[in-house]
Amino acid sequence: MLKRPHYIALGLVVVLTLTILNLPSQTTARLKLGIGSMFLPLFGLATSSQRLAEKAGNAIVPRRELLAQNEALRRENQQLHLQLIDAEKTVQENQHLRKLLVWQQQSRLKLKPAQVVLLEPANWWRTVQIDLGTRDGLSNNLPVLSPDGFLVGRISQVTVTRSQVVLLGDPNCKVAARVDNPTSDTGIIGASGPLDRDFVEMGFLSRNANLKPGQLVRTWGKGGIFPENIPIGNIIDTHSIEYGSSSIARVKLAVNFGALDEVLVRFP
Amino acid sequence: MKTRMNWLDTIFILLAAVLAVFWEAAFQGIRHLLGAQIDLLPPLMVYASLSAGLSTVVLLALCGGLGFDSLSANPLGISVLPLLAVGVAIYAGRELILRDQTFARVVIGLGASLTVPVLTLILLLTTSHRPLLGWGTLWQLLVMSVAGALATPVFFELFGWLHRTLGRAHVSELSFRPDREIRRGR
Repeated sequence: MLKRPHYIALGLVVVLTLTILNLPSQTTARLKLGIGSMFLPLFGLATSSQRLAEKAGNAIVPRRELLAQNEALRRENQQLHLQLIDAEKTVQENQHLRKLLVWQQQSRLKLKPAQVVLLEPANWWRTVQIDLGTRDGLSNNLPVLSPDGFLVGRISQVTVTRSQVVLLGDPNCKVAARVDNPTSDTGIIGASGPLDRDFVEMGFLSRNANLKPGQLVRTWGKGGIFPENIPIGNIIDTHSIEYGSSSIARVKLAVNFGALDEVLVRFP
Repeated sequence: MKTRMNWLDTIFILLAAVLAVFWEAAFQGIRHLLGAQIDLLPPLMVYASLSAGLSTVVLLALCGGLGFDSLSANPLGISVLPLLAVGVAIYAGRELILRDQTFARVVIGLGASLTVPVLTLILLLTTSHRPLLGWGTLWQLLVMSVAGALATPVFFELFGWLHRTLGRAHVSELSFRPDREIRRGR
């Protein structure tokens, strides 16, 4: 049975917890970083053991195979180099023409690669943490892309060394999206089911939306967070809701969140 | 000796909590396989509340809950109260629980692993957060509770082994006492 000092101690813990829960968000973020740093040695240990395993794996790859891969990469590099020179010429030409027509100059895409260091332990959120923070110039709401250029999510919380990325499908990550079809139907990408990691729902579609399976869904650019034309995924199917007054579509995400090791943070 | 062992036990339990939270955030194989990540803190809390003192239960709720929330998108501190509630409830009734029975451990582990996420979700909803919920949540709760139920006796075995390895072996007293020996004369 519990005694009086026990009740006092429990009351104190409850008060302490309620105080922590009501702290300002910046203080909570700092506290989270401080407590989270307790796990840093373990993550360091896990990363180094993974690298060791990779090194051991690399050591047993036959030399002939490595040479063949090296040759293939050298050829690909040469091709990409030529394409880059061609693209640079096109960019210069584009800038020159824009100047002649007095159009606004297009800014070059600024991306920063980041490593996914932590995954969400709770089942009711979809977030990951990356190894870039305010010291790398990150701020809230920057879009995050996969290495292939597909939308992953947005930065939701930044600390000095780490940032939290809220992924597509999380209730806190809503995206204005447009379908690549003749009518350019628009809607909002929202949350998905707790078990559907590869699918999201696109709501607020007009009842006359002309959607077909396989059509590409991109960001619309409205809302002020995500720039337009970032690919998200493809339409799977649609169905009417609210007695046919609007429709909802299921979108298969192009990003495989299960194998997300690296991401790109896009700067404005 | 007993006090030192109690402190050692508390340290082991807290270390296990840190490792459990780290494992949950670093390895997601079970989530990819079954669609839900299992939580090892409730079974650990069952062990602590049945075998250790109330201070260990409180420390585990604080350290485990804050550690979990620091790596998650949860508001910091939201996991402390459900863990503490479950721990204190088991601690208060532990004299009535057959804690040496594996079946009892499994049943309590099942209940704790179901209660902690449900209480956390209720707290999240009452604090106007919007967690990802749906019919799939029922499956996730089922996976979490079954995995927690299976993990509970494993924790008991693991800590029992640690006790046997690191604690001083109990020396049983002999029934023969030399001072009570009857010496027969000729």
